[in-house]
Amino acid sequence: MRRTRKIIEKIVEGIFALSGAITSITVLLIIVFLFQEGLSIFNQKPVEENSILAVHPNNPVSKLSGLQIKDIFDQKITNWKELGGNNDTIKLFRLDEAGSLFNEEQMGSNFERLPHCIDSYLVKTPGILLFFNNRYISKDFRGKKIEIENVNPYSFLLGKQWFPTAQPVAQLGVLPLILGTIWVTLGAILFALPFGLATAIFMAEIANHRIRNILKPVVELLAGIPSVVYGFFGLIIIVPAVQKVFNLPVGESGLAGSIVLGIMALPTIITISEDALRTTPRALKEASLALGATHWQTIRRVVLPFASSGITAGIILGIGRAIGETMAVLMVTGNAAVIPHSYFEPLRTIPATIAAELGEAAYGGLHFKALFALGCILFIMTFIVNLVFQFIAKKKKY
Amino acid sequence: MTTDKAHKILKRKKLSQSIAFSIFALITAVVVLILLGILYFIFVRGFPALSWKFLTTMPTDGMTDGGIYPAIIGTFCLIGGSMLFAFPIGVLSGIYLNEYLLDGKLKNFINMMTNNLAGVPSIVFGLFGMALFVNKLKFGDSILAGSLTLGLLALPVIIRTTEEALKSVDDAFRIASYALGASKLQTIRKVVLPIAFPNILTGLILSIGRVSGETAPILFTVAAYFLPKLPHSIYDQVMALPYHLYVICTSGTNIEASRKMAYGTALVLILIVLISNILAGIIRNYYHKKNKI
Repeated sequence: MRRTRKIIEKIVEGIFALSGAITSITVLLIIVFLFQEGLSIFNQKPVEENSILAVHPNNPVSKLSGLQIKDIFDQKITNWKELGGNNDTIKLFRLDEAGSLFNEEQMGSNFERLPHCIDSYLVKTPGILLFFNNRYISKDFRGKKIEIENVNPYSFLLGKQWFPTAQPVAQLGVLPLILGTIWVTLGAILFALPFGLATAIFMAEIANHRIRNILKPVVELLAGIPSVVYGFFGLIIIVPAVQKVFNLPVGESGLAGSIVLGIMALPTIITISEDALRTTPRALKEASLALGATHWQTIRRVVLPFASSGITAGIILGIGRAIGETMAVLMVTGNAAVIPHSYFEPLRTIPATIAAELGEAAYGGLHFKALFALGCILFIMTFIVNLVFQFIAKKKKY
Repeated sequence: MTTDKAHKILKRKKLSQSIAFSIFALITAVVVLILLGILYFIFVRGFPALSWKFLTTMPTDGMTDGGIYPAIIGTFCLIGGSMLFAFPIGVLSGIYLNEYLLDGKLKNFINMMTNNLAGVPSIVFGLFGMALFVNKLKFGDSILAGSLTLGLLALPVIIRTTEEALKSVDDAFRIASYALGASKLQTIRKVVLPIAFPNILTGLILSIGRVSGETAPILFTVAAYFLPKLPHSIYDQVMALPYHLYVICTSGTNIEASRKMAYGTALVLILIVLISNILAGIIRNYYHKKNKI
């Protein structure tokens, strides 16, 4: 009897322990799945799987980066000389131009002789750059296939252009998105910090018990309102207001995003700062008051310095929340993937990009993987912010 | 120092204090006004849209008319599903952390992981849910996948509140129970849990409020753009209130015409949060009063 009871106790404890591990397991799984999918983008070429780029066999150029190809197609690069080749003008050939170069008799009614046409056209044209599908490659293709460089981490992180579905090469530069995220977050904190701190001081030090009992649930409710409702509110009130006050062509802007995010960050900053202010030992405050300091002087010289690390922790957690906020930002920032120059222009953040684009990205494709890589960046950013928060919050307790 | 000078200094100190305090009071008032403003705005404009028909009929005319019945049902399915998964595991995990695990490296590690999970952005949960539940485990876009994703998101909140609730149980109860010869499990089951239960319940209700409003995690795991029928199994897609609101105010067929529906949907969402907050408050108060006697 006693033994079975003991065994049951052990089993139950095992179940408890297993449940205790759930958060750690989840975090590990998130890391595994996110990074597995996200990092695989660096083994990929920024073009569609079946497309081929080829040049004349005598052309010395054999390797092109994604950005170079884009510049050729945008006609920013027009001569092979610029790419280390011969002095030949680049002659672009896309598959849809075939109709104007060859007649139906040459191509055959079912395009069965098109591969041959392409091949002979290529040999005739020294400056050619062919872009076509490998369905139309002839058996004895004489052109030289261009090797396209894989997406590399450097150009991914520091690239300035985000056109993940561009043809022929996708432009995967996340710098505008990272900067957009940082801009909106900073704007939100600049807005939320004075308001949040002042409210926390009022609640912890000035307000009497009754007023505090009213304020506390108000702040809790502010924290509980879904982000999509904030986004809706921002879209209908703040965006038009920003547009009107600053006389902008569109109200969806970094500023509107910062204001909405700032409101959303308020409860975090208020709650944690207030808790920190409250931990100031009574003896310290009373000593200050006994020396003849006013209440305000005590707050400024005793309570605030004592609570400073806790307040910092609150700000950092607020930053973490703001970085990851998705829906509200998606709805009010205008989502222009450009490097931000001012708060009065539309910009775009990492979470908003994922939310807006994942639905239309083909499963397992380049775009899909790029969005997971964005998720990795976001995860790392918030992970670091969280670790810093915990480090500071722990230091507070001595 | 003459008394006159001392008097002046005192006066200046008093003045700077009252100026500072008025500024703080003013800013606090602004913060409260912002919140009340948001609530007032949604209530006043949403209330006319609210009707029995709005709550119980399917959306019609390209979501510019009719109701939000399937979205409400969908959201309740997701709340139920996620809590069914997260509540037991979260409570068990909280019990383990507070009752079994001694302070040390392992506890620090688990606490750190729980805090980190709480800080993971909701869109990352969405990505993860899509990669694991929808694609790897082949649940597809379904209530199951969405509920599990939302459940993981709610876990840290439930674990934290359970831990706090258990911490607030006086050790005297535990010691008394052991003294009567009860085992650890019996003590937890018969003594600690009943005392802590109301507070644990508060955590459950608050996390329901949070789960009901989350949009990003369900975007790619369950939410349907327009699906005017009710789900039949856990492998079905559903509409959900927050996603519905997002859709009709950004990408609906006729954004202006569906404004009224948007206000109504926002109001229903806020009401769910409001009711769960009030309910949690009532339980907490009731419990405090009972404990005082």
